[in-house]
Amino acid sequence: MKYKETAVIKEQRELATGIYSMWLQAERIAGEAVPGQFLSVYSRDESRMLPRPISICEINREQGALRLVYRIAGKGTLEFSQYGPGDSLELVGPLGNGFPLDKGYGKVFLIGGGIGIPPMVELAAQLPGEKQIVAGYRNHELFLKEELERNGSVYIATEDGSAGTRGNVLDAIRKNGLKAEAIFACGPTPMLRALKAYAAEHGMDCYLSLEERMACGVGACLGCVCRSMDVDSHTYVKNKRICKDGPVFAAEDIEL
Amino acid sequence: MVNKHMKYGTCVNLAGVELKNPVMTASGTFGSGAEYSEFYDLSALGAVVTKGVANVPWPGNPTPRIAETASGMLNAIGLQNPGIDVFIERDIPFLRQFDTRIVVNVCGRTISDYCEVVERLSDQPVDLLEINVSCPNVKEGGIAFGQKPEALEEVTRQVKKHAKQPVIMKLSPNVTSIGEMARAAEAGGADVLSLINTLTGMKIDIHKRAFALANRTGGLSGPAIKPVAVRMVYEAAQAVSLPIIGMGGIQNGEDALEFILAGATAVSVGTANFANPCSAKEVAEGIRAYMEQYQVEKIQDLIGAVGSVY
Repeated sequence: MKYKETAVIKEQRELATGIYSMWLQAERIAGEAVPGQFLSVYSRDESRMLPRPISICEINREQGALRLVYRIAGKGTLEFSQYGPGDSLELVGPLGNGFPLDKGYGKVFLIGGGIGIPPMVELAAQLPGEKQIVAGYRNHELFLKEELERNGSVYIATEDGSAGTRGNVLDAIRKNGLKAEAIFACGPTPMLRALKAYAAEHGMDCYLSLEERMACGVGACLGCVCRSMDVDSHTYVKNKRICKDGPVFAAEDIEL
Repeated sequence: MVNKHMKYGTCVNLAGVELKNPVMTASGTFGSGAEYSEFYDLSALGAVVTKGVANVPWPGNPTPRIAETASGMLNAIGLQNPGIDVFIERDIPFLRQFDTRIVVNVCGRTISDYCEVVERLSDQPVDLLEINVSCPNVKEGGIAFGQKPEALEEVTRQVKKHAKQPVIMKLSPNVTSIGEMARAAEAGGADVLSLINTLTGMKIDIHKRAFALANRTGGLSGPAIKPVAVRMVYEAAQAVSLPIIGMGGIQNGEDALEFILAGATAVSVGTANFANPCSAKEVAEGIRAYMEQYQVEKIQDLIGAVGSVY
């Protein structure tokens, strides 16, 4: 079930340069959300009509609260960052399918690149098995590192070498000699492409969370499709909707 | 319980098809209703207009297909659709669950494509057909039929020969004279006109020095185009005696009333569905609130009533 809900901001703070964390009171959405799903967040400025799709970082069902960690990517997210406790935002969610939690893997990689790191926090909390969390950052601003450490062993890669392994997430995996049965990942497309190839090479299962420009967010407009190996359930033309059929796909089912 | 649409007289008639209220959905923004039925009962709407359906499945354009613009958006979906077979099997039965009129938007590359789809729909429980001769995002068909009066008249005439249901011709705003196009559709035998489709536009990402859309150009929609749309509905209403479905940037009851006062019998809500999944229903509520405020007994009294003093 999807809900349209007016959510009150409980807390907002900047975690790193241009990266913000926001806790929202949204009982109905929090009551049903699962790791890997996202929300449509609506601007209050009517000149920005389209919702911003933002992945869920943490779910607190008892308190009916959700945490979003997002990057200022334009005027819409800049607007969101300027709101504080007591302000409200219109949300629709939970949207998309989320990561599969029931595959029974013993040892997995949870891999986040940049603003793809936030969904790994709730995934690490809910996914069973031994979790090796690999987080790729631009620099020493290691946002969400403490949250990730609660539910797994964390390995860091930074582009500038200021923390952890210099380079990308695969460099960190190789340098630390890590192995796993499956990959769960979210991040920039070049990273996802490299992980898909890595998984295929090592015979691993691999689940990737994709992003694309969206309009409706609910599967109606067909704006955010990706090329898939299987026929999609809407048009039967191998065009899966990232907002509805995804955002999480088995790597072998999609073209990147 | 008081039936509100009866009380305030919100019923309108499109070529003999009665709608409980004048609010419809704009083709392409609402799928076949399934996704929005999760948010409200589609029976609140006068009609659901489906996304365009062709004789065979169309995969649509490459991504990105969407770009936001000031008070609007560009899209270049390219009429991705599952084709008429799946549509008849899946989408029509779905929509039949609701107490609302079903309008099927028909797209094609050639006149015979349109006629084939229209014929396939002839024995189906759909109320009206809307012929898309105005999509700016496909190379063949679409707008190619919608920019020359002679071509529009001819496709209208051919479609009418095969159609069992009343035919709505959906007009493009990307023309020199909307009145001339409206007259051409009327001459071809159209029963109803709908306008406007999107305006062709372009957005450039200056940081990447690239087109924002893979298709380079796309259709501009949303409140940014509303004044253009109201003007065109007014001009078309002056030019022909057919009922008109007005659309272009409608977000609330007030917007819808501008179109009705300009001469529209019904209105469609499009891009606003993306800004608020309940917006079409809220437009219908807004029209009722206006009628109550101004003690308007029948909505028919408002159609084309701009300039009338009372």
